[in-house]
Order: sequence, then C-alpha cells, then structure tokens
Amino acid sequence: MYPSRFGYESPKTVEEAVALLDAHGGEAKVLAGGQSLVPMLRLRFAAPEMLVDINGIDGLRYHRVDADGTIRIGALCRHEDLEEDDAVAKAVPTIAAAAPLVADPIVRTRGTFVGSVCHADPQGDWAATMTALGGHIVAQGPKGKRDIPIAEFVIGPFQNTLAFNEIAVEAVIPAPKGVRIGNYLKLERRVGDFATASVAVALDMVGDTVADAGIALAGVGGRTINANEAASALIGKKLTAENIASVAAAVAAVAEPRTDHRGSADYKRQIVKTFVERILTGLLNTSQKAA
Amino acid sequence: MTSLYDEVQAAPGEGVPTRRVTIKVNGADRTVDVEPRLLLAHLLRQGLKLTGTHTGCDTSNCGACTILFEGRPIKSCTMLAVQADGHSIETVEGMATASELHPIQEGFKEEHGLQCGFCTPGMMMAAKALLDKNDNPTEDEVRWALSGNLCRCTGYQNIVKSVLWAAEKMRAESK
Repeated sequence: MYPSRFGYESPKTVEEAVALLDAHGGEAKVLAGGQSLVPMLRLRFAAPEMLVDINGIDGLRYHRVDADGTIRIGALCRHEDLEEDDAVAKAVPTIAAAAPLVADPIVRTRGTFVGSVCHADPQGDWAATMTALGGHIVAQGPKGKRDIPIAEFVIGPFQNTLAFNEIAVEAVIPAPKGVRIGNYLKLERRVGDFATASVAVALDMVGDTVADAGIALAGVGGRTINANEAASALIGKKLTAENIASVAAAVAAVAEPRTDHRGSADYKRQIVKTFVERILTGLLNTSQKAA
Repeated sequence: MTSLYDEVQAAPGEGVPTRRVTIKVNGADRTVDVEPRLLLAHLLRQGLKLTGTHTGCDTSNCGACTILFEGRPIKSCTMLAVQADGHSIETVEGMATASELHPIQEGFKEEHGLQCGFCTPGMMMAAKALLDKNDNPTEDEVRWALSGNLCRCTGYQNIVKSVLWAAEKMRAESK
C-alpha cells in the first residue's frame, strides 16, 4: 500500500520541530530513522497529517560516555553507530551485544536507538535494553525539557508517554554502581525476523557482589516485559549456580509468551529461562576468570 | 523538471502540495517536484527511470531496493524521496563505466552470483558498502554484511564468492 497523503517539514532546530508538533495538535509525527514509521505509514497503521523530519537538525547524532560514567545517546544516533563504538561497548556491554542483532545491517544504518525506544514495539531490542538498564528519556516540549524514567515511558505496546508536542531528544543511562556487565541474547529464525524471544541483562558489580540488576524481555508478550523485580533477587549477593537458576525461573514466570508460528508459549518460556541462565552463567564465568 | 505521481496516482491531483528537491544521483544533480509521500525507490524507478533499483517486498525485508545514501546502504523503499533532498545517492547504474564493469559486477559474472538477477542490484550495493569500508573481508563478514538482502535462487554461496572475488580484484587494482 501507499502512505496516505501528508505534509512534510524539515526544521533546523528542535525548537522549530516542537513548534510544528504543537501547531498540529497531535496530528503530526516525528520522522527520525523511519525504519518503523515508514512501514507503518505504508500499512496505514499511521496516517499523520504532517511529518516533522528531524534529520536536518544538527547536533542530535551523538553517543558518549560522560566523565562520571553517564551514557548519553542523541535522537539521531543510528543503530550502527553503537555497533561500531568501543567506548559505549565497554561502558554498556548489553548495548554492545544487542546492537548487531537489531533488524538487519541495512536497517541499522538508518534506524535510531531513541526512535526504537519511542516506538515501544513489544519486539523492540532497545526498549528492553533500556528497561534492563533503568535509564530515562529526555523529552523536549514547548516548556523545555523533562526526564521520563524508562518504566514510565514505555507503558504498553507501541505506547510511550511523550506529549503530542514533545520530542525525545536523548536517552540517558545512569553511571553504574561499580562495574557494569551484561549481555543480550535473541533467538530469531533469520536476520531481520521478529524475535522468538530476546533477553537483556545488565548487572552492576562491586567486586563479586551484585550491586544492581536489571532484566527485560522482548518478543514474549504484548509489551516489553520488565523483569527487574525478579532480577532484584540478585542484589547484594554473589552470583551462584543456585541463585542463577532461581532468577531464571522467576524471569521465565513473568514472561507472557503466546503460541504462534515461531513456537509454543511453553517453548518460548523455556528459551527465556535458558537465555537468562546462559547469560548469567557466562557473566559468572567471565568474572571468575578475571579474578 | 518532472512531476512524479506514477506510483501515487496517475495524474497529480488538483492542489496537491509538492516539494522541489535536488538530489545528487550517481554524481549528477537531479531536481524534481515530489509529493512528500513518494518513496525514494519509486522516484528512482518511475521518475528518473533508473530501474536497476528493484522493489521486491515493499516491507523493508528483502533489500532488493538497496542503494547508497551518503555512502551507506539504505533500503530505498523505506525512505521518502523528500528526505534525500540535498543528499548524494548512488544506485547500481552508477557502478559501471561505459566500457568497464565494476569489479563487484565482474565478480557476480565470474562466480555466477546470480540466477534470476532480481536481488542482484541490492546485493551489489550492499557489497559495495562493505568493500568501501573493508577491502579484505572474511567470508563471515561478507555473509554478515549481506544478511539484510534476500536471494531466493542461489543459496547465497555464489554471491559470497562473487564478493570475495571482487574484494581480491579491488585489492590487486589498488596496489
């Protein structure tokens, strides 16, 4: 199908973009990478009056690790920027592991991290990663900027809490309490397919003790699954085979998989359990080797 | 100057707003008036008659419409033509010169990298993006770089060989 007719503006500043959104009262959409929005337009799942293309705005394509360890990802940072960056890879291993698994290599040259989080696809790798990492989104509207914690940002399938006249300009991941480790595993039938199941794990370690733990899932529910409560059982403890097994079981229990052509609900739940165990065991083995 | 509605509707509707865009296509500036919803793949094919860029799935899956946008591969069915305003793009038509095939094209010929040929332009553009960055890729890196492009004929084996053949030739030529 073809997109329905829309107007198009390519402002040069975030302020102009916000003013355009404001003027269209909820009938305008922000176009960043377009790798979800353009297909949605084509399917006419989305039919905005106006597209506000932010690609012409300077200064939004960045990702960096601040001196205090905070990670900042600008609205136009493409997936491939993260795939190829060593600093972010070292600072957030979960992002380094997920980046090469997002969609396919060609989509990754255009699609953006922040756009993917905003899209809040239950299959989305970055919404799950951000949920595990516990970051926030910086939204800019007519009255300036505000921070929205990720748990209050991704609230359902394809639902975020931006106001109609706000733009998500930055994703922020807080500095770790200690050393951040983590991993991301995704089972897909082929590159670019929807995931059968994905698991994001992020741990902050002080010595061999877990200081903070986050786990989130994609592809196994009608929304991004926040399993941070199950993961919190690890906080204050050392990783052991026993607590890894019990956390894996607890995470699998909060998954909400449905049977479809990618597998039965039971199968997907088993994958989640296996992936959590595999990631945590891998992290345990690596930290033992390092010690 | 062309007005382009071929894919959108047969004739431009009364009062349909258009935008004038200038896109550098294979080194030459092209100025056209387009409706914002026109997709770049269709501007290339219907508007500029550059039919080497194929549209396969129309859902960002198959990669047949892959072109280079500022040197990086993109799926032209998933970008609006208006987004290319002021940018430089390269299509498969920009690969060969009047007398000589590009080494990647030669590689596909030498190693039988195509059967029906439908996916080939996209494969070659994705391969070009890889070889422009990495002139000595491993087989794994080639497979990884082409993993966004589908081929229903070859089983990929000869496509991978073609790209490796081209890489070798390009390295030899640059010495």
